Amino acid sequence: MKKICLYFQVHQPFRLKRYRFFDVGNDHYYYDDYLNKHILKKVTNRCYLPTNELLLSLLNEFDGKFKVTFSLSGILLDQLELYAPEVIGSFQKLAATGHVEFLSETYSHSLVALVSSEGFKNQVDLHRKKIESLFGVTPTVFRNTELVYSDAIGEEVAKMGYKAMLAEGAKHVLGWKSPNFLYYNVLNPKLKVLLRNYKLSDDIAFRFSDRSWSEWPLHAETYINWLKGTPKEEDFINLFMDYETIGEHQPVESGIHQFFESLIRKIVKDRQLGFCTPSEIVANHQPLAPLSVPYPSSWADEERDLSAWMGNEMQKEAFNKLYSMRKLVIGADDPDLTKDWAYLQSSDHFYYMSTKFFADQSVHNYFNPYNSPYDAFINYMNILTDFIIRVEKKNKRIRYKGIPIEELAGLNLDEAIGSYEEILKELRKKRNTARKQSGQPGQAIKNIVKTVPKTSPVKKKGKK
Amino acid sequence: MRVLMFGWEFPPHISGGLGTACFGLTRGLAFHGVDVIFVVPKAYGDEDQTAVKLVGASQVQVKKRSYQFTNAAYGELQKTGSKVIRDLLYIEIGSRLVPYLSPEEFGQYVSERLLHGDTSWIEKSDRELPSADTFVEVLGTIEFTGKYGPDLIQEVSNYAIVASEVALEQEFDVIHAHDWLTYPAGIAAKNASGKPLVVHVHATEFDRSGENYNTIVYDIERSGMLAADLVITVSNLTRNIVIERYGIDPSKVVTVYNAVEPTGDRKQLQVQKNIDEKVVTFLGRITYQKGPEYFMEAAYKVLQYSDNVRFVMAGSGDLLRKMIRYAARLGITEKFHFTDFLKGPEVEYMFALSDVYVMPSVSEPFGISPLEAMRSNVPVIISKQSGVSEILKHAIKIDFWDVDAMADAIYGLISYDALSAMFREYGKEEVESLKWENAALQLKNQYVQLVQSGNLQL
Repeated sequence: MKKICLYFQVHQPFRLKRYRFFDVGNDHYYYDDYLNKHILKKVTNRCYLPTNELLLSLLNEFDGKFKVTFSLSGILLDQLELYAPEVIGSFQKLAATGHVEFLSETYSHSLVALVSSEGFKNQVDLHRKKIESLFGVTPTVFRNTELVYSDAIGEEVAKMGYKAMLAEGAKHVLGWKSPNFLYYNVLNPKLKVLLRNYKLSDDIAFRFSDRSWSEWPLHAETYINWLKGTPKEEDFINLFMDYETIGEHQPVESGIHQFFESLIRKIVKDRQLGFCTPSEIVANHQPLAPLSVPYPSSWADEERDLSAWMGNEMQKEAFNKLYSMRKLVIGADDPDLTKDWAYLQSSDHFYYMSTKFFADQSVHNYFNPYNSPYDAFINYMNILTDFIIRVEKKNKRIRYKGIPIEELAGLNLDEAIGSYEEILKELRKKRNTARKQSGQPGQAIKNIVKTVPKTSPVKKKGKK
Repeated sequence: MRVLMFGWEFPPHISGGLGTACFGLTRGLAFHGVDVIFVVPKAYGDEDQTAVKLVGASQVQVKKRSYQFTNAAYGELQKTGSKVIRDLLYIEIGSRLVPYLSPEEFGQYVSERLLHGDTSWIEKSDRELPSADTFVEVLGTIEFTGKYGPDLIQEVSNYAIVASEVALEQEFDVIHAHDWLTYPAGIAAKNASGKPLVVHVHATEFDRSGENYNTIVYDIERSGMLAADLVITVSNLTRNIVIERYGIDPSKVVTVYNAVEPTGDRKQLQVQKNIDEKVVTFLGRITYQKGPEYFMEAAYKVLQYSDNVRFVMAGSGDLLRKMIRYAARLGITEKFHFTDFLKGPEVEYMFALSDVYVMPSVSEPFGISPLEAMRSNVPVIISKQSGVSEILKHAIKIDFWDVDAMADAIYGLISYDALSAMFREYGKEEVESLKWENAALQLKNQYVQLVQSGNLQL
């Protein structure tokens, strides 16, 4: 029997508000509450609630024959708590059926895994705790933001105790190999790797309502034939996609809900097909071969690499500037700063700065609040500038010519010392002349104090 | 295919965007094998003594020249060694028509010069286009009895009569007239020859004068568009104005975007910049249409937060004095500079000094200057109310009235280095891809369609 592993990623970022440079230092609230609420409500009504309801009825009806897997980003859960708590309730109902698996990921949908293993672990811990507290389950399988995977990241994930991790079945990763087998990490064989079948996943996620597609309109029967058409020795097929596919990317009017209902019913009833979850695949299958992914892959765009978030100078600059603050944020130990730090890490902010698809920005434009990547960059950098000022203030960080003093070295360091010595000399000189004038050491300061009235004139009047 | 074109200015003397566009298009058409008979009004200046006789005389001087397009300006072709040379018949008609002047301005302009006995009243410009093209002159005259005076409208209709007279001596398939001053000439040529007429709208009266438009100019524009078989607009912004304000049938209004001359082998101007601060530049006529006050207000906002910047307003115009007073009132004159009118090489120099170029136009049919800035590696901020914003990707686009957005974009460009790096990388590449050959090819296809549909009707 061929098993279908149906997995949905559920995520919405905290979109940033229009933040001008003259807000820097004055306004420390960065989020567009109206837009975020508006979008979340819209997606809730078109996707989250109706689809959860549909899945719940199917889970109950088929009792164990239908299974589904989710990962919900931490910042989505934060937003749901703020604007649509009923959605959390409906996910809890799904969890209660016992046939739904929840995966771990980074709390704020961040790409921190690329720069810091410590920061990565921290985000994953935060997210796991959130899932445990809301759904009472501890995830054993991991999926990284945007399905970013490399040998090194896999090794980190194995260290955190996960059994398996999801990744993209990209051509440049697989070559001639098929995504419909289980693989293992080349550095740590204990970590199994599940690969997304991008052809069959994208037939639904991207092409379902595309009228110029030769297969439009797609029927569940056709799709089931494609699933069955895969080679017999392939025991499972991983269909990974955004949850927002159902009702949002593919609009309600396209009949996507009906398609899924029909597809699930037909798979359950088909003797050759069935459902499973990632942890069941890991438990029931032997890995076929090691998978070597030296450079990070992802599920985005044609390239399936990092170029959607780190493809141009602006993205790299913003990314590096953000993560250069990591130690100082920890040092600041301030709940507000920590929260902003998490929200600013969302990969979405970098996605909006992408210049890759000036011609065909259809996917990049989805819920994109900006007119252009340049606009997105300027807005983000203004906010980051304010954030950095706050963090540095908290850390009492001193800069010399724009360079933090702990980063000064060589000639710069000598120059800085020289310049501060000069300032000190000037200040001492000033103090000494003041002392000489008053004839008494320390008198200058007293003189200044004297000019300030000890009690306010209003009070004196009252005494009279 | 032969086109009778009523155009403006030709090298070596070009004083503005209309001349540049005419030249670029004609050169592009030659590239695609279209013959052009180019007719221009020309008032002879100091160098030509016959000009003195021209005033009040009953004779219009007509100069015919053969203008040869060599392939010198097409770098790529030169490399392959192929030679494309087409002859262009260039006809100058004695007339005092000059572009860019309103009827009122024209009257003042001509009277002033008549009063002072000044005959050198074509603005001279050093802005020469690079070319190895050569002139061969043939002189001739046409008898004409007309009055010359400080009346632009009279001048326009006189020109039309002479132009159509000249036109009849030639053979052509299509007539193409650039901007309203030549529309009557185009109409006259159409009536005389029966050939299809194309009018090219580089700007409308609404762009030049806002809502206080001159009804006579409007009427001439509209009659040209109505008489035309095809109306070419330089942007969809202008296309909409033509359709909505002039009531022209949308099916015969087509947008063909302008382009920019490639820098080619020309060396990038090397300028030693001795100012520490970043330089933000406004360059253009200082008139209501160009939105200088929005630029100044944005400058004021940026200067409240950054010392590391200077602003330059280059150009002259009726709002210049008001702008200087405004800068003084805002207290920013220390960091806000005026240059007055800049000529050819000075413009290049100004671009070379600039870190940001801003075009905050209230209404701009196309706007070629940001392309020139990008060609010089300067990042640009342009208003969404400009035609050029319809085609540019690597530019920051703002509403002209949104001073906050403009200030923010300026601040971003001077503060975040990665942003300018992006523009340097992609902007120049984008501009170089906007070629006159491509615009001319679109035109040629339109001509072919016109001629074919005309043949079908016959």
